[in-house]
Amino acid sequence: MMSILTQNQLLEKIQNIWRDSISEIGEFRGQTYIIIINKHILKDLVKFLKEIGFNHLQTLTAVDYINLDKTFRFEVVYQLYSLFHKISLRLRVKIPENEPIVDSITELFPSANFLEREIYDLFGIEFRGHPNLKRILLPESWKGYPLRKDYPLEPEEKPEEFLDLKALNERLKIDGIK
Amino acid sequence: MLEKRLSSNKYIYYPQDPFYSPLEIQMGPQHPSTHGVLKLKLLLEGEKIIDLEPTIGFLHRGIEKLAENLNYAQVLPLTDRLDYISAMNNNTGYALAVERLLGIEPPPRGKYLRTLVCELARISSHLLWLATHALDIGAMTVFLYCFREREEILNFFEKICGARLTVSYPRIGGVRLDIEDQVLEEIYNFIPKMHEKIEEYEGLLSENRIWLDRTVGVGVISGEEALAYGLTGPSLRGSGIAYDVRKHFPYDAYSEVDFEVPIGKNGDTYDRYWCRLQEMRQSLKIIKQCIENLPEGPVSSELSPDLDMPLYKRAITAESWGESAFISFLTESAPIVPKGELYSAVEGAKGELGFYIVSDGSGRPYRLHIRSPSFIHISALKKLSHNHLIADLVAIIGTLDIVMGECDR
Repeated sequence: MMSILTQNQLLEKIQNIWRDSISEIGEFRGQTYIIIINKHILKDLVKFLKEIGFNHLQTLTAVDYINLDKTFRFEVVYQLYSLFHKISLRLRVKIPENEPIVDSITELFPSANFLEREIYDLFGIEFRGHPNLKRILLPESWKGYPLRKDYPLEPEEKPEEFLDLKALNERLKIDGIK
Repeated sequence: MLEKRLSSNKYIYYPQDPFYSPLEIQMGPQHPSTHGVLKLKLLLEGEKIIDLEPTIGFLHRGIEKLAENLNYAQVLPLTDRLDYISAMNNNTGYALAVERLLGIEPPPRGKYLRTLVCELARISSHLLWLATHALDIGAMTVFLYCFREREEILNFFEKICGARLTVSYPRIGGVRLDIEDQVLEEIYNFIPKMHEKIEEYEGLLSENRIWLDRTVGVGVISGEEALAYGLTGPSLRGSGIAYDVRKHFPYDAYSEVDFEVPIGKNGDTYDRYWCRLQEMRQSLKIIKQCIENLPEGPVSSELSPDLDMPLYKRAITAESWGESAFISFLTESAPIVPKGELYSAVEGAKGELGFYIVSDGSGRPYRLHIRSPSFIHISALKKLSHNHLIADLVAIIGTLDIVMGECDR
C-alpha cells in the first residue's frame, strides 16, 4: 500500500534523482511546473511518475518559443495528475530546433497516441517509438507545420490584383491620390 | 483452413476474392451513426472487427491558430464551435482559464448563473446523446421524446441570451446579462417535469430486453484501462472511477452546491448509459440549489477585459501645437496580461475539457491548446471495439458521445 505523498516530498524525490537535468522548478497561479533541459530523461521520469501513482495524463501539447527562447525553440508540455495523491504536475521539456525528436510515451499512456500525432502534425516534432506516427488533422500531402510561429499566414499564390501592387501605386500617383 | 483450400484441387484461392477475409471496409465519413464526419477503416473477419483505424480532421478549422491572432476576449465565440451541443461549458472553460491567468474572479451571482447554465447545457447534451444513441440502436421513440425536452432547454437559452446553440453567454469575469426572474421561475418549474421525463426514458429503455441485449457487455473496459486510454467524464465513470473535475478541481459554484458523482460497475455500454441518466438527475439537483440560493449583486466582474483590449499598454499624450492640439497614442511594451502559462479544466458534457494558455504579456494568447475529450475518446475506439461485431460498433461510437466539432477543432 502506497502512502500519500505531498507535493514537496515528490519534488524532492525527483530532484534527488534528476538534479542535473532540471533547470527550474516553479509555480504559477498555484500550478507546479518542472522545466527539463535534458530531453533524454523524459521517458524514465514519466515511468517513475506512473509507478508512483500519476495515472491520468490530462494533456500533452507543444509550444513554439521562436522569439522568446534562443537556445531551445520548442517545448513539449505534459500535464499529469494523480487521482490517488491528488497532485498535478506539469513537465515542460525543452527541445532544440535542430533536433526536434523526443521519446514517445504511448507505451505508458495509450492516450498519448493521438496527442503525439497531433503535435507531429502541427509542429513537426517527432516522437521516437510511436507506433503510427503520421499526420492526423491535416491531409498527408500538407506542406509545413501550421502551429509553428514562422508558418506563413498568407497563401503562397496571391490573386493577381494584389500581386501588382507596384503598378497600382504608380497609377494612383498619376491620378494624384496618395 | 487456407492450406486445406489450396491443397485441394476443387477450390482455388484468389487473393483478389472479395469474400475472402479479412475484409477491409471504409465506414464513413457520411455514416449516420458516426455523429459527424468520422471515417473508420475496419478490418473484418466475418462480422468481427479485428482492427480499426479512425481518420479524423474533416472538420479542422484551426481554432488554435486563429486564437493566436485574436485578443483574449475575441477568442470566446470560437469556443462555441467546439462542442456545439453544450456551448455553455466550453465558454465557461475558456473564461475560467483566462480568469485564472488574469487573477480575477467573477462575483457570486455570476458564478451561480454560470453553474446553472452549464448544468442546463449538460442536460441538453445528454438528451441529444440519449436520442441519437437510442436511434442508432433502434429505439425511435426515445429520439422524439428527448428532442421534445431539449427544445424546452434551448428555448430557455433563447430567453436568457438570445441564442440557442452558439450562446457566448458566459464571459471572462462572469456572464453577459442577468437572467430575468420570470425565466428563473420557468426553469424552476421545469425541474420536477424533467424528473418525470427521465423516469419515462428509463421506463422505455432500462429494462427493455432489446436495449439490454444491445448494451450489456458491449465495449467493456476496466477502470484502470479507461484511465490509461484517457477516457474522462461519464465514459470513465461507467467503469467505476469517480474522477470528476467538478469535485477534484472545483470551480465556479460547484464547491457550494451538494451533488453526487454516479459511478457504474462493469464499464460496459449499459453502465455508461445509466451513469448519464443519473447525471441528468444530479444536474437538476444542482440547478434547483442554484436558483434557491442565488445571491444578489452584479453578474460580471469590473476587471473583465474589454472586447477591444489592446496588444500592449497604451499611454496617451496631448501636445499643443499652434492653435490645435494633437493627441497621440504611444504604444509601450508593458505587459497587459501576466506572463506565464497555465492549464485549466472543466467538466464538459463529454469529459474533461481543458485549456492550456501561454501568455507572453501581450493582449493575445501566445498559444492556446484545447484538450478536447472527443479527440482522445476516438483513440480508445480501437481498444473498445476489438473482437466485437460490426453492429456493436455503432453502439460503441454512440456510448463514447463523440462530437466532431470538438475533436477536429
